[in-house]
This record gives sequence, C-alpha cells and structure tokens, in this order.
Amino acid sequence: MFQYLVRKVFHTLFVALGVVTLVFVALRLSGDPAATMLPGDATVDELAALRRTLGLDRPLHLQYVAFLGGAVRGDFGESFRHQQPAFGLVLERLPATLELAFAALVLAVVVALPLGILAAVYRGRTADVLAMSFAVVGQATPYFWMGIMLILVVSVELGWLPTSGRGSWAHLILPAITLGTHFAASLARLTRTSLLEVLGQNFVTTARAKGLAEGSVILRHALKNAAVPVVTLIGLQFGTLLGGAVVTETIFAWPGVGRLAVQSIFVRDYPVVQAGVLVLALSFVALNLLVDLLYGALDPRIRDE
Amino acid sequence: MARSIRASAMSKASAVPLDAALVPPAPPAVRGRRIRWALWLPMIPVALAIVAAVAAPWIAPVSPTTGELAARLKPPAWQAAALAGRPLGTDLLGRDVLSRLIWGARVSLLIAVFATAIGAAAGSLIGLVTGYYRGRVDRVITKLIDIQLAFPFVLLAIAVIAVAGPSIPVLVVVLAIGAWVGHARIVRGLVLSLRERDYVQAALALGAGTPRVLFRHLLPEILSVIVVLATFDVGRIIILESTLSFLGLGVQPPTPSWGSDLRDAAAYVRQAWWTATFPGIAIMIVVLGLNLMGDALRDLLDPRTRRETR
Repeated sequence: MFQYLVRKVFHTLFVALGVVTLVFVALRLSGDPAATMLPGDATVDELAALRRTLGLDRPLHLQYVAFLGGAVRGDFGESFRHQQPAFGLVLERLPATLELAFAALVLAVVVALPLGILAAVYRGRTADVLAMSFAVVGQATPYFWMGIMLILVVSVELGWLPTSGRGSWAHLILPAITLGTHFAASLARLTRTSLLEVLGQNFVTTARAKGLAEGSVILRHALKNAAVPVVTLIGLQFGTLLGGAVVTETIFAWPGVGRLAVQSIFVRDYPVVQAGVLVLALSFVALNLLVDLLYGALDPRIRDE
Repeated sequence: MARSIRASAMSKASAVPLDAALVPPAPPAVRGRRIRWALWLPMIPVALAIVAAVAAPWIAPVSPTTGELAARLKPPAWQAAALAGRPLGTDLLGRDVLSRLIWGARVSLLIAVFATAIGAAAGSLIGLVTGYYRGRVDRVITKLIDIQLAFPFVLLAIAVIAVAGPSIPVLVVVLAIGAWVGHARIVRGLVLSLRERDYVQAALALGAGTPRVLFRHLLPEILSVIVVLATFDVGRIIILESTLSFLGLGVQPPTPSWGSDLRDAAAYVRQAWWTATFPGIAIMIVVLGLNLMGDALRDLLDPRTRRETR
C-alpha cells in the first residue's frame, strides 16, 4: 500500500505540474495580457510599463520559473479591482463552490442510482424506457438553460424558491438541480449498463438457482459487483462538477470561485482569473488523487497494477 | 488497472463505442429494424437544423439583426398581444426570435462542425501515429492526454479566451483543443491492438511503406469509430459553444447564436419567457438528435454488433 501511495502522489505531482504549465502556456501564448488589461487608447509607454510591472518583458523561461514559484507559494499577484492578494480572494470563495458541487453530487447520486437499478431490473419495460428517456434528455440539456428554466418556472411563476444568492438551504436547491442533472443522467446510464453486465454472469445464475429471492440477488450480489465503475465515475465527476459550477454560479449569482473568475475576465482583473482557474484545476487534481487512494484501500487488486 | 477501470467507466458514461457488445443483443430481425428507426428518427431535428443553417437567408422571415423598437418584447403568435409575422415573438430590441433562431443555427452548427473536424483530424492522426510507433513520443503524448483530462475543459477555455479575447476563430480553436484528446486516446488504443494483426504484418512483409499501412490498412478499419465519436462530439461542442457564448466568452452580439441569445434573454426572462425558451429547445433537440444518432451509428457500425444484425 505504501508503494502504491508513493506512486500515486508522485503521479499527481506530475499532473499538477502539467496543469500549472498548461495554464501558463494558455495565458501567455494566446495573447498579450498587458494589451488586454489596458484600455484600447493606451500609449506604447504605458503598455511597456505594465509589461515591466507584470514581468512580461523577461525571457519566457524566467517568466515560467517565476510563475511556478508563485503557484507553489500561492502568490498570483494583487487583484487590480479589490487591492488584495488574488489567491486570498479565490480561497474565500472556494467553500461556496465546494458546497454547491457537493450538493449537486449528492442529489445526482440519490436520483441516478435508483433510476439506473430500476432500468436494469425492468429492462425493456416502461420503467426502463422512462428512466432512460430522462437520461438521454438530461444529457442533451445545457446546464445554463436548465437553470434559466428553473428560475422561470419555480422562482418566478410559482414563487417557491429564491432566484439567486447564497444563504439558507432553499438557495441551494435550484443550483444543485441545475448542476447535478447532467451528471445524474450519465450516472443512471452507467449504473444500468454496469448492472446488466453483471446480471448476465454465472454467479448471478448460481445465486438464483440456489433459491435466493430476486431482491437479495440484485441488492446483495449483483449491485456490489456492479459498483466499481459507478463509484469511479462518482469520484471523477466531483471534479468535473467544479468546472460546471462556473456556469451555474453565474446564473444563480452564487458567490463562488467560478463566478469570480468569469467576472474578473470582463473587468480585466487578470491575476484573479489566473488564481481562480488554477485553484479549481488543482482541486480537481487533488480530488482525483483522493479517489485513487480510496480505491487502493478498497480493492487490493488495483494496488498491484 | 486503476486507469483501465477509469477509462471504461468514462467511456460507458459518455456512451462511446467499445462497450456496445456488453449488453446481450435482441434477436437479429427486430434489432435491424430497430436500428434503422433509431437512426432515422433522430436525424429529423439534425436535418432541420442543417437546412436552417444552409438556407437561412431565404427561409428566415426577416433580418435577424435589425429590430423595430415599436415591436419590442412581443409574445409568440398564440398569445393575445402577438404581432403578425413574428410567430415566436420578438426580443428586447424588437428583433424576430424565429429569424435569430434560424441564423443562430448557421453560427452554432458551423462552429461545432469546424471544431469537431479539426479536433477529430488532429486527434486521430496523433492517435494513429503514436499507437503505431509507440516509444518515447507515445509516452509524452499519453502524459499530455492525462494532463488535459485532469483539467475541467471550461477552465482551460476561460484561461485562453481571457487573454485572446472572444471571437469565432478563437472559439473554434479552443473547442478543437477540447475535442482532440478523446479521438487521440481511443484511436491510439485501437491501433495498438490492430498493428499486431496478421494483415498488417502481411502488408509490411509485402513491402508496404508506413504511410500506406497507416492510411490504407489501419485508417479504414477505425474510420467507423471516428465517425461515431465525431457525431457525439458535434453535440457536445454545440453545448460547449453555447455555454461559452452564454458566459459572454463566445459569439459576440449582434451575431445571432443560440448561446449568446440566451445570455441576453436570461436578463429579462421575467418579462419575456419566449426569448429564453426557444433557443434552449433548439439546442436540446438538436443535441438529443445527434446523441441518439451516435448511439444508433455505434450499434450499426461496431463490427461486433453488426454481425448480429445481419
């Protein structure tokens, strides 16, 4: 287990380095930040001065080293707009984003697992058709549109829930549904496929042949074996939800990292964009490591790959 | 092991080929007919969107960008205050919602198709070469794929667009960067096993050069998988493009696009539900059509299931 742990941590550090590098490349090669940050009528001298302040006049490899050093120390410079360290601003918002992603995850799991199981058990019948219709429609619906429709129907027409902001649990419901539906759809499909696959195997036939009740066959024997890919997807998706949170936060004015990053693009608050993107991406990497370690602890076969 | 479990979980969730044969098939005759229906039916919304995109100048009732201020926020035809000749109502600037929907199809489809084509071509080529040669380049590319997969795509797009500025060419490139990984990973995996087959060895023994083996022998074998993947990708990219446009990072006004129209509409959804409803329905049914087409194509083209349909 120790060897596995070391290997995984090493791999994660490598990926994290890659992610930081990728952000550096994306930010430096896609244009001139100084030109983006200053108004269109800025003089050449003003541009040069800002480049010097940001360190953009130095050779690229030195910039990269400085960027890496900053990322390690959590130093991304000061926010132009808030006159505070960008990293601190982002960290303040991180709990809100994690809360939203976690709520969406729980909601998706609670809805998708029963749907997937139902669809597999009643394969080809009405329950299956209904559950899978929900799943394919859910996969085709853009997050943000679902959010707008929920606001329109549930908040504006019916007046049941608040339209935006964060506070009570009532504020959390619509954003969590918005963010969780897409994931619930793919999870339901995967649960169905995975369970159907297991139900065709010999040990299930044996369990039935020895006279076990069908409920017990499914819940105690089949489900346990169908769980591995399902649990993997759940672990992986938590990170993906962090990306989806960017959109959901914008619709519901949820005070998280994603909304902050998007708003900062429009006011050209470049250090905050940089810090926001990196913090979310590295949280994603860290969560993946957690899932991998959990796996190694649960299933010894994975450890000795 | 961990990676293979993870890969299979991901491919099943996104309904990518390879796992189609795991579910026991229905009897051949029923299956053949069902596949044909499953393919033709979802083609209807997709075909409609293509017609709208191609023929926009001729079928759109009025110009999508000129509005009449007197005709602001008129509801669709079936409501009392509707305006004649504006079947789906008008938006905040008095522009015709239907006309914008039709022109929006052109922008959204064009971006999605171009981005998919670039991503699929680049990804497949990279997968083909790395899977065939293996070695050091392969290891580097595999790591690169790992890193990009460890990164929520929307964030990468935000990082690039924050600096490059939002425009349609930037959008196409960014979306293509999001698409190449899937193709590279799956094509590489297929080529790794195909290159050991007897017919490839035979071709090499007969003196065929590498390009010939790659493009005449291996590529045709995996083309069907690429087509299926690309079908799913077009749908995925339509959603991504509209998402970025919704955030204000994609198509810019006054160019009509489903996503950027929804951005405007969200602001005054209380006064005019129709402006926020129709573009979303358009995205949903087109993507639904593409996803179902992808499912059906996969069942039809996957050699393992095809045998059973005959």
